[in-house]
Amino acid sequence: MFSWDLLANAVVAGLLLGGFYAAVSLGISLIFGLLDIANIAQPAFLILGSYAAYVMNEAYGLDPILTGILFTPVFYLLGALVYRVYYGSFERRGEESLRGLVFFFGVLFIIEVSLSLKYGVDYRLVQTGYTGKSIEFGGVGIAFRYLVPCVVGVAMTIALYLFLGRTFYGRAIMAVSQDQGALRLMGADPVQIKTIAFGIGIAAASLSGALLISIAPVIPSTDRDYIGRMFAITVLGGMGSIGGTLVAAVILGVVESLMSTFFGPSWSLAVSFGILLAALAVRPAGLFGR
Amino acid sequence: MRHTAGTLLVGLAVVAAGIAVAMLRVNPYLYFAGYVILQYVVIATAWNILGGYGGYVNFGTPAFFALGAYTAVVLIQWIRAPLPVLLLAGGLVSALLGLGIGYLTLRLRGVFFSIATLALSIVLQTMIMNWDYVGGSRGLSVLRPSGPPFGNYVVFLFTVMVALAVGAVTVARFIERSWIGRGLSALRDNEEAAECMGVPTLRLKLFATTVSGFLLGVAGAPFPYYVTFVEPNSAFAIDYAVNALAMPMIGGTTSWIGPVIGAVLLGSAQQLATVTISSEMNLFIVGVVLVAFVVLAPEGILGLVRRLRGR
Amino acid sequence: MNRPRALIGIVVATLVLIAAVGLIPVARAADPIRIGLGMALTGGLSANGKPALLAMQIWKDEINKKGGLLGRPVELIYYDDQTNPATVPGIYTKLLDVDKVDLVVSGYGTNLIAPLMPIAIERKLTVIGVFGLANNEKYKYPNYFQISPTGPDPATSTATGFFELAAKQTPKPQTVAIVGADAEYPQTALVGAREIIKHHGFKTVYDKTYPPSTVDYTPIVRAIKATNPDILFVASYPPDSVGMLRAAHEVGLQPKIMGGGMVGLQFTTIMNSMGSKLNGIVNYDYWVPEKTMMFPGIAEFFKEYQPRATKEGVDTLGYYLPPYAYAAMQILGDAVTTTKGLDQQKIADHIRSHEFSTIVGKVKFGKNGEWAKGRTLMVQYQKVQDGNIEQFRQPGKKPVLYPEELKSGNIIYPYSAALK
Repeated sequence: MFSWDLLANAVVAGLLLGGFYAAVSLGISLIFGLLDIANIAQPAFLILGSYAAYVMNEAYGLDPILTGILFTPVFYLLGALVYRVYYGSFERRGEESLRGLVFFFGVLFIIEVSLSLKYGVDYRLVQTGYTGKSIEFGGVGIAFRYLVPCVVGVAMTIALYLFLGRTFYGRAIMAVSQDQGALRLMGADPVQIKTIAFGIGIAAASLSGALLISIAPVIPSTDRDYIGRMFAITVLGGMGSIGGTLVAAVILGVVESLMSTFFGPSWSLAVSFGILLAALAVRPAGLFGR
Repeated sequence: MRHTAGTLLVGLAVVAAGIAVAMLRVNPYLYFAGYVILQYVVIATAWNILGGYGGYVNFGTPAFFALGAYTAVVLIQWIRAPLPVLLLAGGLVSALLGLGIGYLTLRLRGVFFSIATLALSIVLQTMIMNWDYVGGSRGLSVLRPSGPPFGNYVVFLFTVMVALAVGAVTVARFIERSWIGRGLSALRDNEEAAECMGVPTLRLKLFATTVSGFLLGVAGAPFPYYVTFVEPNSAFAIDYAVNALAMPMIGGTTSWIGPVIGAVLLGSAQQLATVTISSEMNLFIVGVVLVAFVVLAPEGILGLVRRLRGR
Repeated sequence: MNRPRALIGIVVATLVLIAAVGLIPVARAADPIRIGLGMALTGGLSANGKPALLAMQIWKDEINKKGGLLGRPVELIYYDDQTNPATVPGIYTKLLDVDKVDLVVSGYGTNLIAPLMPIAIERKLTVIGVFGLANNEKYKYPNYFQISPTGPDPATSTATGFFELAAKQTPKPQTVAIVGADAEYPQTALVGAREIIKHHGFKTVYDKTYPPSTVDYTPIVRAIKATNPDILFVASYPPDSVGMLRAAHEVGLQPKIMGGGMVGLQFTTIMNSMGSKLNGIVNYDYWVPEKTMMFPGIAEFFKEYQPRATKEGVDTLGYYLPPYAYAAMQILGDAVTTTKGLDQQKIADHIRSHEFSTIVGKVKFGKNGEWAKGRTLMVQYQKVQDGNIEQFRQPGKKPVLYPEELKSGNIIYPYSAALK
């Protein structure tokens, strides 16, 4: 059943999916990759973003992406708050890794349950003006439902890349992951810098959560499907490499899409994680690791 | 030597007490709840051998547990093997997987190792879901053997689990007090330094992952007979990964008794919450307890007790 | 050596506490009849578990208003099984041995009923299963009954009506694609579909499954489109039902007939947001507000259910599972009243040998405790508009096409004609 037409379509669909995966993974790439904080609760913030988009869409008919952008300050503050608690309880005492994991598992449960207490357990979805529409270029169809998240995801990647490389705070964040002493000499407080970075990571979940619910229905426990994917992409791309995250996301997207089209979708996820395992065994630092 | 004999005696006493409880035939619900809590004692203890002593955080607990359970399913389907065979086979297959991830530690440390075990769990689950012989994604009903000791299969499973828990704790205690435990803790504190000092790090890690894997597999092997219905989503449930991590953390990771305390406390709290609160609040409380504990009692209950006694 | 002793003290104290709390039965009214169950109130199946529980509570409230059963008030004792089969043995043991319930019903779904079966058999209980697919095929336990109308052969129940409809169309479709999720219900439905396809002599051109956590269904739909099937049979759970349907619209996949076993399209929130995208889909269903389905008492049931559901934030329309959960309780209550007691065997004998009038119509059980004659409906979504929940309360949006005796409308064929 192979045909060039199918192949082209599969690759394009994979690229689009990859853009979305990048959007989903950017926050964790920043928090886990650069700050070394294994924030297992990140997918829960993602779903929180989805519900914000759902609620605003239901109440005011707001486009999910607009909600996603509007809510970034709220999520930023939420992230800053979580980081302060985390810092006060673990990092300051120098015992972050293990206990931090348990802490974030707890946060994940709390968010999940709060959502289902407030909004119930029914599947929630958002219909936008572009859902279900698609365009065609020479036999290759592109669905807006994936095109828009992909564009937003790539834009987010570029924005974050520029922010990290070109601005004072961005460079400070890059520095905090490598040399905190030098950072102090620059006159910046590492804790403040980390708070900002963590806040931005969570703010990214607001937007990517909105993208998620414009693609697929969401329930509070949907977050569990994304734990593995998020961390796999970050690690595969190389810790702390924003560009690497995009590349890894696209690889995963294209592999899933090709598997689904030609071999049997049943194995697509396992193959993605198999690639991750193989990559880790050969090059533990990931594709673009520092 | 005196210690070993003492341990052996205490262990035998606990097993005997377990059998006595089984003979008493108290309220059957207690056997069910007790089975689950003891199962978590084994899981938490097994996890702690690698995670607590060695400092390698295994996120793939569900993979090992489920591998034990599915090995048992295969043997039940194939030759209706008796329970001791299931336990041994489940343990051995999981030990092999443990040995495998042991070699992973050659290249992967810290969170990378954790992510790799997580990936392993997903790959393994997909394989099981596509394997029709063990029920695939539909799951499989398992018929219990008839005529069990103590007249009731769950009572029997309960005593088996008592013995397994005692066995697991004894192994953990032995490791902790021997040169292996000291080597592992040197490795946890600083792997390079340990290597330089002549600690055989690779052999120790392989030993720890294999033993940990074996015990996790053993914990999973009776699972098919306990629930009588095995399907991938519940066998690979994320709960096992979270509990395996949280229980030692709550009890204290440095001593063998830590995981036991954590498993008994958190395990029974979960059992109680299931039959009292019975709503989303159940998971909510688990979340709050986890957060509160790691924030307020950083060394677990062991540390708390130590601090109180220090004053 | 004091420390370990203190710690062992903690452990023992906790165990005693559990034993104490675990053994205190739930507080109870004066000598009520207690009915116990585990239900999925959290986890994957809770979107259906909660409405089912609500329906049972409505039955309980109504029966108590009428003076209870055998002159005793009825009490429901339920625990959350978290959609996890591993919790089921413990829950039912607690119900039976600590709470001393008189009767049990099952939780919702095949996977949560399966672990209950050995307990029921061991203790010779009468159990009414709530929407389990072929749970009793292995055990053949005579005192098990199952309330969903899948009939004597549960595996083929969805496929039978769907392919029979397809076979009747002219020109007769020839090729078929089947696809489904790697999960319990879809897999069983696919097995049934393969059997029925063979029976009708269709040619299978695509037969694959996908993991439930799939994000993008476009590649799957494209691969299906490349095989150009006349019939597409989909067996899916809610998120993938939505994913497949959206992708089909985007890719422009238009077989002549499409649908079959798509779970989720019956749920209020999903129907409401998918709107016109549902048009043309031929799918299984258990109850729809059509003239032929208006059994005595069902209108009153919904008058009670819908306001309460809205208040509790569960499925607002409640057409899928709630009437059947209510009917299960009706049958149990009826059996208790008629046999004038709580003897499990007498109740089972009565249920096995009688026909019951319930709000889902006349129910008679047969082989393996399934309905003696299946009644899985095939409906087609027709002229559905966007963003209008009220339309689904009216007849005509989901006319019944199958079975013949309940038929309330005609199929629009091929699929593309229904999109206009």
